[in-house]
Amino acid sequence: MSQQNAPILSVENLHTYFRQDEGVVRAVEGASFDLYPGQTLGIVGESGCGKSVTARSILRIVEEPGKIEQGNIWLRTSGSNGSSQRVDLTTLDADSQAMRDIRGGEIALIFQEPMTSFSAFHTVGNQIIEAIRLHQKLSPKEAREKAIDLLRQVGIPKPERRIDEYAFQLSGGLRQRVMIAMALSSDPKILIADEPTTALDVTTQAQILDLLRQLQEEKGVSIILITHDMGVIAEMADAVVVMYLGQVVEEGPVDDIFHNPKHPYTRSLLKSIPSILAKPRTKLATITGSIPHPYNRPAGCSFHPRCPDFMPGRCDVAEPKLQKLNERQVVSCFLYDNLPE
Amino acid sequence: MVNYIIRRFLAGILTIWAASIISFVVIQLPPGDYVTAYIANLQSTGTVLSREEADALRIQYGLDQPIYVQYVKWAGLMLRGNFGMAMEYNRPVREVIGDRMTTTIIVSVAAIILIWALALPIGIYSAVRQYSIGDYFFTFLGFIGIAVPNFMLALIVLYASFKYFNVQNIGGLFSPEYLQQSWSWAKAWDMAKHLPLPAFILGLAGMAEVVRIMRANLLDELRKPYVVTAQAKGLSRNRVIMKYPVRAAMNPFASTIGYLFPFVVSGSIIVSLVLSLPTVGPMLFKALVAQDLFLAGTILLLLSILTVVGTFVSDLILMWIDPRIRHGMEGQS
Ligand SMILES: Nc1ncnc2c1ncn2[C@@H]1O[C@H](COP(=O)(O)OP(=O)(O)O)[C@@H](O)[C@H]1O
Ligand code: SF4
Ligand SMILES: [Mg+2]
Repeated sequence: MSQQNAPILSVENLHTYFRQDEGVVRAVEGASFDLYPGQTLGIVGESGCGKSVTARSILRIVEEPGKIEQGNIWLRTSGSNGSSQRVDLTTLDADSQAMRDIRGGEIALIFQEPMTSFSAFHTVGNQIIEAIRLHQKLSPKEAREKAIDLLRQVGIPKPERRIDEYAFQLSGGLRQRVMIAMALSSDPKILIADEPTTALDVTTQAQILDLLRQLQEEKGVSIILITHDMGVIAEMADAVVVMYLGQVVEEGPVDDIFHNPKHPYTRSLLKSIPSILAKPRTKLATITGSIPHPYNRPAGCSFHPRCPDFMPGRCDVAEPKLQKLNERQVVSCFLYDNLPE
Repeated sequence: MVNYIIRRFLAGILTIWAASIISFVVIQLPPGDYVTAYIANLQSTGTVLSREEADALRIQYGLDQPIYVQYVKWAGLMLRGNFGMAMEYNRPVREVIGDRMTTTIIVSVAAIILIWALALPIGIYSAVRQYSIGDYFFTFLGFIGIAVPNFMLALIVLYASFKYFNVQNIGGLFSPEYLQQSWSWAKAWDMAKHLPLPAFILGLAGMAEVVRIMRANLLDELRKPYVVTAQAKGLSRNRVIMKYPVRAAMNPFASTIGYLFPFVVSGSIIVSLVLSLPTVGPMLFKALVAQDLFLAGTILLLLSILTVVGTFVSDLILMWIDPRIRHGMEGQS
């Protein structure tokens, strides 16, 4: 895609911790990646790797006691005169007007559970109209018309009726469509989709992914697609970030990730694909061992207890750094340490 | 929906009927009857009642008949809105209870309103600022509210206001000059001025309970995904909290309206004695001791009816405010 352009969003060395009495959960530990305009960036990793916390960090809605401890999140916005400027979202106050304008206005979020993601006490229309009027100066009537229009755009039949219904009256697929309509209501530049199809059946999943692709084409929105499903990545992503225990372990264009994976973790994830294609929603069970809790991150390379290429005396002693392998691929693993820069 | 209302309504009628039987039987349970209690009472003052006189009394009140006959007769009276004679007072029950039922309802409703008005905001504060000093303070206060019996609190307040503030008529619901008057705006206003203290004392335990439940409910709701959705739109944190999780956390309280009422009334018996409140509490107590069938039975029945009506109303409210019930869904929130 338009990789030549400057990134619209750059996450640099992000650290988000939950400091609790029991210990510190290092949910995100130095994640870095760039999102380019019009691109779909896939973030993949097993459950618990810090994908959702990364997404929430970008929107500055990490729950208590979570805090961004280090790092920068650069968002490029276009100024009134067409020039572009960069804001570091980590420097904004989470509840400030500036941050709230960005939230929902510049960056929107849809996530996994479309049922519990809506209030059961308000109609979906109420919730969409609220989002619209928060970022656009529209009368209630105009906002309602816009909401109906959005519902139509995302393929909801009889939108003028559906708008007055409650989320629990809709099917899972329709709910997710409503969620997408709401997220796109203020024409955000960036859409973060956190496991948008995980709770849906296969057919609906495919429809929702199609819809996302279609909307991206129409509106040119950049998408961060978070999933633990390599199949979804293969279908949707332009570039891929592989996360493990809060860190980025590999990054590259989708073709390289699939045909020339470097990191042992990426390779293990890929081995789980055939089974995924057969039974689309099985967990990534092919990787030996389970993810350690982020309280006690293993010393050295955090993947070493599960790594098939583990090198004793090296991988469990020092921590590999993320380094550029070639023009496109970035990896953090000692297997590639001796390569010339 | 109409079905639901009809079902609840019929269930309410059935409950009242069952309550009438149970109260009737329970009142009869202690050995002896009103006449035995009456004779014992007279004996303590030196008067002795002859056997014939006692039997005549029994026949007058119908106490010689089997209990089910007594019940049917009593139920017949009740249905016609004639509550029989209060034996002890030798006056119709209707007259004896008189305004007391009204004052009971007013005091209880005031207590309940006070409970909501204070407890809900405190509960919200405690949940939103969980583990803050304020949260600990209110939790501590809540423990005291539950642990200290409310009549004790009434005594303390009475004593303190008497001793330190030299306020004379802290108890009661009316200033002396209004006591014998019939209802007027001035009397109502006088009562309104007297209400807050008894309402507060009566409501304190319930208040602690409501704070605790509200706090727990809201903490639960604050963790739900729809809160994140609302935040992600760009709403300010306060608006998010007030519009969504608070709304959801308050929902279950609608169903406690009916249940709070008997809670407050039964709590009011001793407090009413201490504060000399003209409620039915003390009267019910005396009637039970005297085994005054008609008086005790009527009071119990009226209280059950009020409870059932309260429950019915709270069902209607719940249906009105909860779209999941309105649309016949057992949804998760
Ligand atoms: N509110 C929280 N309090 C404490 N720990 C949390 C909280 N939210 C997430 N975490 C921890 O952060 C880590 C990353 O979680 P998450 O980002 O949700 O993973 P993913 O989305 O990749 O499945 C997990 O270990 C999780 O337990
Ligand atoms: S650094 Fe070592 S343990 Fe870590 S992934 Fe590479 S080979 Fe495996
Ligand atoms: Mg997640």
